Formats: sequence, structure tokens, C-alpha cells
Amino acid sequence: MDKKSDIIERLSPLERKIIPFLHHPIEKIVKDSELDETSVIKALRFLESKGVLSLSTAVKKKVILGTNGIYYKKNHLPERNLLHLLETHNHLSFDEAKKMSKLSDNEFKVSLGALKNKRFIVIANGKISLNIPKEELVKKTPEEQLLEELPMPLENLNKEQREILEVLKQRKDLVEIAEENTVSFKLTSLGDQLAGKEITLNLIEEITPEVIKTWSKNKKVRKYDIDASVPRIYAGKRHFVNQTLERARKIWVEMGFKEMEGNIAETSFWVFDALFTPQDHPAREMQDTFFIKVPPGKIKDREHLKPVKESHENGMGISKGWQYSWNEDIAKRVVLRTHTTSLSARTIASLKENDLPAKFFAIGKCFRNETVDWNHAFEFYQTEGIVVDKNVTFVNLLGYLQVFYKKMGFDKIRFRPSFFAYTEPSVEIDVFHPARKEWIELGGAGIFRPEVTLALLGKVTPVLAWGQGLDRIIRDVHKIKDIREMYSNDIQDIRDKKVSI
Amino acid sequence: MANIQFNRKEFEKHFKVDEKLIEKISLFGTPASLKEDYVEVELFPNRPDLIPLQGFVRAFKAFLGKETGIREYKINKPEKNYKVRISPSVKQVRPFTACAIVKNMTFTDERIKEIINVQEKMHATLGRNRKKLAIGIYPLDKISLPISYEARDPEKIKFIPLGGEKEMNGREILENHPTGKQYSSLLAGHQKFPVFVDAGSKVLSMPPIINSHETGRITESTRDVFIECSGFDNESLQKALKILITMFSDMGGKVYAMELEGEKKELVPDMTSEKMKISLEDVNKLLGLSLKEKDLEKLLPRMEYEYKQGTLRIPPWRTDILHQVDIIEDIAIAYGYEKLVPQVPNVSTFGEESKKAMKNSILAGTLIGLNLLETTSFHLIKQDEVKNMKAESIELEDSKTDYKYLRPNLLIPALRIFAENKDHEYPQRIFEIGTVFSSDKKHLTETGIQEKENMIVAISPGNFTEIKQIHDYLSRVLGIEYEIEEESVPNLLEGRSAIIKKDRKNVGYLGEVHPETLQEWKIKMPIAVLEIAMD
Repeated sequence: MDKKSDIIERLSPLERKIIPFLHHPIEKIVKDSELDETSVIKALRFLESKGVLSLSTAVKKKVILGTNGIYYKKNHLPERNLLHLLETHNHLSFDEAKKMSKLSDNEFKVSLGALKNKRFIVIANGKISLNIPKEELVKKTPEEQLLEELPMPLENLNKEQREILEVLKQRKDLVEIAEENTVSFKLTSLGDQLAGKEITLNLIEEITPEVIKTWSKNKKVRKYDIDASVPRIYAGKRHFVNQTLERARKIWVEMGFKEMEGNIAETSFWVFDALFTPQDHPAREMQDTFFIKVPPGKIKDREHLKPVKESHENGMGISKGWQYSWNEDIAKRVVLRTHTTSLSARTIASLKENDLPAKFFAIGKCFRNETVDWNHAFEFYQTEGIVVDKNVTFVNLLGYLQVFYKKMGFDKIRFRPSFFAYTEPSVEIDVFHPARKEWIELGGAGIFRPEVTLALLGKVTPVLAWGQGLDRIIRDVHKIKDIREMYSNDIQDIRDKKVSI
Repeated sequence: MANIQFNRKEFEKHFKVDEKLIEKISLFGTPASLKEDYVEVELFPNRPDLIPLQGFVRAFKAFLGKETGIREYKINKPEKNYKVRISPSVKQVRPFTACAIVKNMTFTDERIKEIINVQEKMHATLGRNRKKLAIGIYPLDKISLPISYEARDPEKIKFIPLGGEKEMNGREILENHPTGKQYSSLLAGHQKFPVFVDAGSKVLSMPPIINSHETGRITESTRDVFIECSGFDNESLQKALKILITMFSDMGGKVYAMELEGEKKELVPDMTSEKMKISLEDVNKLLGLSLKEKDLEKLLPRMEYEYKQGTLRIPPWRTDILHQVDIIEDIAIAYGYEKLVPQVPNVSTFGEESKKAMKNSILAGTLIGLNLLETTSFHLIKQDEVKNMKAESIELEDSKTDYKYLRPNLLIPALRIFAENKDHEYPQRIFEIGTVFSSDKKHLTETGIQEKENMIVAISPGNFTEIKQIHDYLSRVLGIEYEIEEESVPNLLEGRSAIIKKDRKNVGYLGEVHPETLQEWKIKMPIAVLEIAMD
């Protein structure tokens, strides 16, 4: 198929309508095609993208009427009021003239000036009188003539008109010079072949039930410009933070872990005391932890209260303990959980012998009393896990973490010694960021201290435990530098964010 | 966690400092970074013995295998009048003290700064900001022995506080002196304040607040010092004293014990090291290694222990050995965390998502099908939001940000999102599933706070019909039967809002947001919402 007939098959109805008139300038096309100017320009742009013509835009100056100009054109210039007045009264004082002409101060002043300059009037002894024969008054002034002709392109004004324009420009809002884009086009050689042709080709524009019903082989459908841009749409979508949380959740389930859930607001007992954190530990101060303005909570689990107290005070015979007098009132204070390890504590306390071995995980929000900056927020996500089995070891703990982070996309992991009040041995986990070539600190893990397991589980048995921040990972997956972006809920950002795969 | 900066020049007298060494320090359990003038290490709170450079050098040399085992420190017997009399009057206010004397020191300006630094770090960590313990150091030539530790009426305590010019009494110091004001809470409410007083009735200090300018200030001409630790936990005081005297001893000082005369007589510091049994089997079982007896003989001295046939001696300055596991971790550190090979064991369990997570995930999928965008907001809300919405909300204590309350609903965060997204393309259709908080009036919970999982759908522009369509659709596909009753809902338009009930209990509401509320939030586009409890 030659290029010409291929293009003919792609012409939209709009384009087809103007093809016959393409040898003419745009104003004429608008007139002859009976389309409005916007549609003609649109059709011309389509044709340009098909290589039929090339458009060019020129800026043209045009003299148009200002707001006062529009008014005066419809009525007449204020000086005409004055002239009419002088036609019937030969001499008028300023006050009389002003009052009778009903002009505003400003209009009156301008009118006087204009007429004086033209020597249409003279002013003597405080009186205004006509200076020209009354017959002359029927003639339109050059100003009035120009006003009537406007709007017109600046270049079309003759020398005399230009001078008058300068005079009119002195007056307020009579005339304005506006810039106007004028579009013109030039046909290409392809365009030359097409222009002027009546296109009678019968192309199907839209596939309708009728078209389907009456379809036959010889029918033709107009071809579309597949490169043409289409309006953007937005769809429903999960928040990118939750996408990553779901992914982590899936991985733990795959690895045989059962999900824990529980309260965000919790008594200090389960957040700290049950985890062998002494009551004067700095982490328990208001400086770091959100305390909630509610009356002291209840510790319903009396079965574990006594062993926890003893573990702190004297180590229950297996350890030195922290050697102080444990206070139940302090344990009753209600806080926002500072780690999801409170869920692990409650879970362990609820386990029975025949529940073992057991593996649990949790993903949830934790809180710390902190100001917000690019790297910190008062809320953050943590992923938590415990493995309870009499045979598990410290290297097994490292094994679970290695597998999890590998599945999350981090092949290289490193372990450093660390310290937590409730684990021993403890370990700090870093993963290597392959693109940024740096280690990312994720947080801690360890084996629960015997003081913890004896108090909560009733026996000393290894419980592998970890609780790592997930925000660093979420930021990495979604290429977020500033943590505030994670929580800003910028709707456009959520719409545009890539889906993590 | 405390960050300690060791002078790089001093540090380099003991170690060749390079990236490899820094890495090694991290593997010792103290993450380190190298700066131009200093080496910075992060200490965990269990190892205050590493706060002084001397302590760190001693322990890290052992770790590197250079000088292993317990370093012995010579404690000389007390000379005449090396005594501290502890009056029963201190029992109520600050019951314990532990003291020593160190002679033959050389105090340069730099050394004085170094010691003050150690003192401050120990106050902040082990001392819990001087509450649990505080340390005082005094030039021996300015005081006369023996010393007395007693509690006195604040008005009867008179001395010039360190850095001050005029004499003040105990109460004036708490009220007017900058350090006094900073720590006044530690003595507030007590009838009597503790003081150290010398044989000539001169006040040395009023612990844990401040020393005397006259008797409690070390200068470059000082050679001998009196050291005291005071506080509530005798064990911690003894440890702190041991850490200090090992530091002074490593600086070249000669340490003398002192006799404490309280309810009983006691000679301190007692540098006997505690013994503990350790089982090789337990070590291997916990770590997952197969170490031999001779490995323990090699590894334990690297963490400053002495080990022989199942029994070890613990360095007297270690504060953190409560149980055998604490030693097992040290064995792992000496072995090298970098050498541990991760292994996944065969622990057969079934994985299971929680019902809540599963439900939320299915619901989120359904809502996405309705062309809704998920948002995720803070659980905390701002004070003016609570006020504007007249919503009963639970308050937090001393929040450092504007977010001071727990959200009672998801409407507040949703309206904030609309208010902050006015410049983005409409329609804006959002949903969120999350926890909301209310007072537990029936006292069923342990915390007095009821946590519920709510779902909100909010569309802008949106009207009653559209939001009811969404509600209808959700009820149908989720198979939940709800009743809707016309009722006014706070912040919604009367006549265009309804309460949602299930089994005759209120579970949510739907309707058009009131123009007044929208004005409060400076929102210009109409909003229709549906919020419902999921449980």
C-alpha cells in the first residue's frame, strides 16, 4: 500500500472534513468546513503528526479595545457629550458644563483636554465655547473612527492611525495591544497530493453492535495512530508500605511461622518486666517511652506475676537477678508498646508443653517518644519472631534470619555482638545494600535469657527471638530517602509509586 | 547505650589503628568508628568497665590475645585513719558508700578532663543519672581523715559549691546553683541531705549533687586523692569503685583500701574475684558449636576470665554476669561472631497467618476493586484535631511532637489526608484499615483501653448515594447483614447520615461530611464516608 492510501485509511472524520480545503489559509478552512477554529487546529495537528503538513506559530500584535473602549464604542466618547452640550449652549462655565454633561471628574478633564488640543473649543474668562462651525460637529473624529474599526492587527494601522493610537493609549483603558498566537501551516509534498481531494472512502469509525452484525470482508475500519497519547488513569491500589509488610508476612508463613497479634497499648509488665528489663532501666523512662494517661492497668495473669517478680529480685535461684525490690505498681503503668516483643512475651506465657515446638512471628507498629526527622518517626514497624524448641541454638537463630533476609532480597548478612536486657547471647544484624554498597543496621536478636523463660514458660529452654525494624527495608524497597515520605499519604505519590514485585 | 570517645593518640599508643582494627573492635561487641582525633565506640549498658580508656585497652588487648586472663591489681592496706564512718542517718536518703584512696598520681590538665569524662559517663549509665550512684573525687591534701558520711538538715550544710564563690546552704544549692537545680529531684522531699565531712568538720560534698569548691576540686598540683561512690545499690557502688581504682592504678596510682564503719566493719575495695562453674555441654548446646575443653581454656582468658576444669574466675570489675549464659555469650564473642555459620534446624511447624491479617488482606483486595486507594496513617493524632472534631480521645504523657492523642476513629486521619492533598487530582477515593482506641468503660481490658480494628472508605467528591452504594456492595459480597438507621452522627450532615448496626449493636456510620467540619479542615470538596468496626 502506498503511503497516500495508508494515510487516507487513518484519517479521522475531523481530518477528512478539512482535507478538501487545505489549499486555503486557516480562516477560510474554518468558514468552508463549517467547523469551529479549535476543531480545525486539532485536525491540523493530527495531520501534522501524519506528515501531511507542518504547523508554525507566529506571535502577532493586535490592537484591541480596553474595558472603557468597549463601553465608549457602544455609546460614544465623553467629549462627544460635551460637544453636544456646546452645540445648544454657546458659552458654559466649567461647573455648568460638568453638571450638565453628567461626566465624571476624570472624564470631564480628559474631554476638555482632548477638545482643546484639537482646537474644537476655546476657554476664555472661565467659560467654554465652541471654536468650530456647528456643521463640522456631525463629522466623526479620527479617534472615534479608529475606535469603530478596532480590533485590528497592529501592522494594518496606517501612519495617521498609529498617531491616534498613541493619543488613545494615554487615556485609561481605552485601547490595549495584545499578543496573539496565530497558527499557519505549510503542506508537505504528501499534503500537496491530498489537499483539495474529497475523501469518499467509507471507513468504519467505531465497532458497534450494528457493525458486528453487518460485518463483511470488504469493510474497512479506520486505522488509529497508536503513538497518540491517551489520558492518564488511576486505579485502586494498596499502600506501598502495606505491600512490603504483606511480602514479609508471606515469607514468615512460608517458613512455618504462625502469626501473633495483640494490643498496641499494653501494661509495662508485658513490655518490660516479663522481659527481665529492670524497673529503673533508661528505656522505661518517659524520655523514650509513650506513657498513656489512663489509670494503672491490671495484670490478670497472676500465675506469671510472681515468677517475674522473683526473676528480677533474686533470679529464681538460677541467676543473681537484678537485686532490687520489684514494684507491681510500676509494672501496671500503661504504655504504647516499644517493641513487638511484648507479643512474644504473652505468647510464651500462654504455651503449654504439647504446643511445642513452636514458631511465631508478628509484624506491627511500635512507638517511641521521639521527634520526627528524615530518619526517625514516633511510629515504626517491627518484625518479630520466636522459635521455641529444646534443641535450637544460637547458630540456628542466625540461620532463620539469614533465610528471611535473603527472601527479602538481601543476600549478604553480617552478625555483630549486641546487648539486650532479655537476651543472651545477643546479636545485631546488618544486611548489605548491593546498590549503595553499605551495611544497613536492622536491629537485634538473641536467645531469651533463662530468667525470662523460667518465669514465663516455667522451664529453662532455648527460645530464639528477634525484633527488627522494617522501616529501613520498606524505604529501601520503595527508594525512599526521607522516612516522612513513608507516612505522608501524598495521594499522587501513592498513585504513582511502583508496585513492589 | 553510651558513646565514648577515646583520644586517638592515646589509643594509638596501644594499638595500630586501621580499618581492620575498627572492624575487630565492632566484633568485640563495641561498634566503633574512626575519627580524625578520636576513636568512638558505642558501649552497651552491661559493660561500664569499658568506659575508661584503661579498662577498654585492658579488655581489648585480652580479646586480641595479647594480655589474657585477669589482671591483678595491688590494693594496699589502709594507713592510719583511712576510715569512713557511716552514720545511720543516711539510711533514708542515700544509704551506701564505697571509698578508696589513691596516691602518687600525676594530674595534667588533660588527665583531669579524662577523669571527669569517665565520671560523667558512669553517672549517666551505671549511675542512672546519679540516681543510683554518684562518684566524688577529692584532693587528699585539702582534707583531714577520717571521713564521716552522714545526713544533716539542709540548712546546716554550709559550703562553697564547686565553681561558686559564696557559701550556700543545702537548700540554697538545690534552689539556686545550676547543678543543684538540675539534680534537685534526687533529694527533694527528704528532711536531711547526705554529706561527706572530714575530720576538721569541713564539708567535702553533698552527694549526689556537688562537691565543695575548697575540698572537692582536683588540680594539677594534686597527687593523692580520696574517692567515694554513694547511692542506693551497694553492689553497683562496689563495682563502680573497682572500675575507678583499676583506672587510677593503670594511670600509675597506688591504691589503698579504706575501712567502712557502719552497721558492720568492711574493708573496700574487695578485689576477690567470684567463681562460677561452667558446663562445656551447655556452651555447645546453646551456641550450636562443638567446642572442646581446650577451646574454653583459650577463649575464656580472651574475655579476661581465668578458667580451669569447669570453673572460672570472673574479673571483679564485671557488673553483668548474672548467669552462665552471660559467660557463654563472651565465649561466642571470643570465638568470633564472624566465624559462626548460620544453620536452619529442622523444627517442624505449620505456618499460619492470623485471622485478622487474612481478613484485612481480603477486604483490602475488595476495596481496591472499588477503585479505592489505600492510605496508612499514624495511630497518633494532634491536639487541635481532637478539639475540632470534638472526639473523645486518650492522651499520651509528654509527647515530644504535636501528636499527643490516640486516634479514636479513622475519620480524623482521613480528613487530614484530604486537607493535605487539595492540590492533587480529584476524584480522591481512599480507604484505610487500622486500629482505633477508646476508653474501656466496662473494664474488660487490662489497660483500660479498647482497641478496635476499623475500616474507613472516604470519597471526595462524594455523596450519600455513592457511599451507600459502596456499603451495599460490601455487605453483599462479604455476606454481612447490616441495618442502617437514620441518626445524626457527629461531623456528618443530619438527614444524610446513618448509624450502621449489626445484631442491634452500633458498628459504624456512613454519610456526608458536614460543610462546617470541612471548613474547619479548609477542605473545599464534598466528602462522603463510611467507617465500620471489623470485629
